[in-house]
Amino acid sequence: MTVSAASAQPSPTLTPAQLSRNAWIGVLLGIGLVAAIDEIGLHQLLAWHHFYDKSTPKVGLFSDGVFHAAQMIALIAGAFMTADMLQARAFSGRMLAAGVVTGMGAFQLWDGTINHKVLAIHQIRYGVEILPYDLTWNVVALALLLTGVTLWRRGLADPAAHQPQ
Amino acid sequence: MGAGHTSHGVGSGPGLPDPSLAPLYLLVFIGGVVYAALLWRQRQLGREWPLGRSLMFALGILLVAYGLSPALMAAGHADLRVHMTQHMLLGMFAPLALVLGQPLTLLLRSLPVSAARRLTGLLHAAPLRWLMHPLVALTLNVGGMYLLYLTPLYAAMLESGWLHLLAHFHIIAAGFLYSSVVAGVDPSPLRAPFAWRLGTLLAGAALHAVLGKLMFAGLYPRGTGQAPEVIEAAARRMYYWGDLAEALLACMLFWSWLKARDRERIKAQRQAAAAL
Repeated sequence: MTVSAASAQPSPTLTPAQLSRNAWIGVLLGIGLVAAIDEIGLHQLLAWHHFYDKSTPKVGLFSDGVFHAAQMIALIAGAFMTADMLQARAFSGRMLAAGVVTGMGAFQLWDGTINHKVLAIHQIRYGVEILPYDLTWNVVALALLLTGVTLWRRGLADPAAHQPQ
Repeated sequence: MGAGHTSHGVGSGPGLPDPSLAPLYLLVFIGGVVYAALLWRQRQLGREWPLGRSLMFALGILLVAYGLSPALMAAGHADLRVHMTQHMLLGMFAPLALVLGQPLTLLLRSLPVSAARRLTGLLHAAPLRWLMHPLVALTLNVGGMYLLYLTPLYAAMLESGWLHLLAHFHIIAAGFLYSSVVAGVDPSPLRAPFAWRLGTLLAGAALHAVLGKLMFAGLYPRGTGQAPEVIEAAARRMYYWGDLAEALLACMLFWSWLKARDRERIKAQRQAAAAL
């Protein structure tokens, strides 16, 4: 009820629930973005990854397919949910950005540890010493994740963030 | 090479219509003519029908016609990559456009009320209700693809006229069913809830991606005499073009979600204003 009553008036403030929703939409977008960067940059432009790694176990193939589809849908879902927040005048770009960075970091870390190392679906690059690549990958992921979480917490605590943008 | 040259008229040289597909050509033709006739009827009744829908339906018919065209059919039998393009056109992109044309809405609007009621009753009866179940639509669409490409069915299809007809009819019909279950815009009580439709899309997109990689890895379909590079390229084509089609479906699904959210919001605001 507070949502509809607030959006009927010209300058509402956002509830913590709305702020969090913005951030979670950002997480969806972040996950989708990492996937797009990976697919376009590493697969298509640099050709570091292979389309299919012959040593990939069948389980990895299926989990890869599910994640591939989920990432694509996450990106599209995030875009439409952002449009919904704008229409509802409940959009917070600051919280969305915090969510994007968090989502990118979390997903890259998951990719760099579980996908590459535990499930061994594929490696970052082939025919080179892989350790520096793995380290860089996961350090960047961790840095993104920590930055995102910090921005998220600050956004929730800062009264200025409660103004819709 | 050599796929189809011992067949009963299948792949009978470029430029010649494929007689085994005659029923399908007829069906596409009838579909286009009926839609046009219904448009004419709407005009006579003095009713508006959005131009965008008509254009989408026309695009769908054109895509099917191009996908089934004799020259493309012959090239598709000789080269799996071309076949894959055909498959994408017939099974994914054309159905998407046809669904956006909202043919069923147009039909129901054009019929007299009593006939429209009878048709609605028929459409809501058992067979269609089962078909419109997300799991059934998903199985027919994706299961059909797995069966076609991972079993000897593909090679058999190239040799047999009626299997060839059946496979192509199935690709189009199952594609249409899947698209309308996931992202259909015709108003229907048979429409599954949003979460089901999203789940169906996710499963369909994932299984499509997995099939592309299985074909790439195992060099499927087998027994066609296609070179490994050709099969790999065809599998890649399936993977990336399939992605694009599934992404468009996702956009359609979320577009209707966005519109529904907006309607709900306006309704809530009106109610809040009325309560004051």
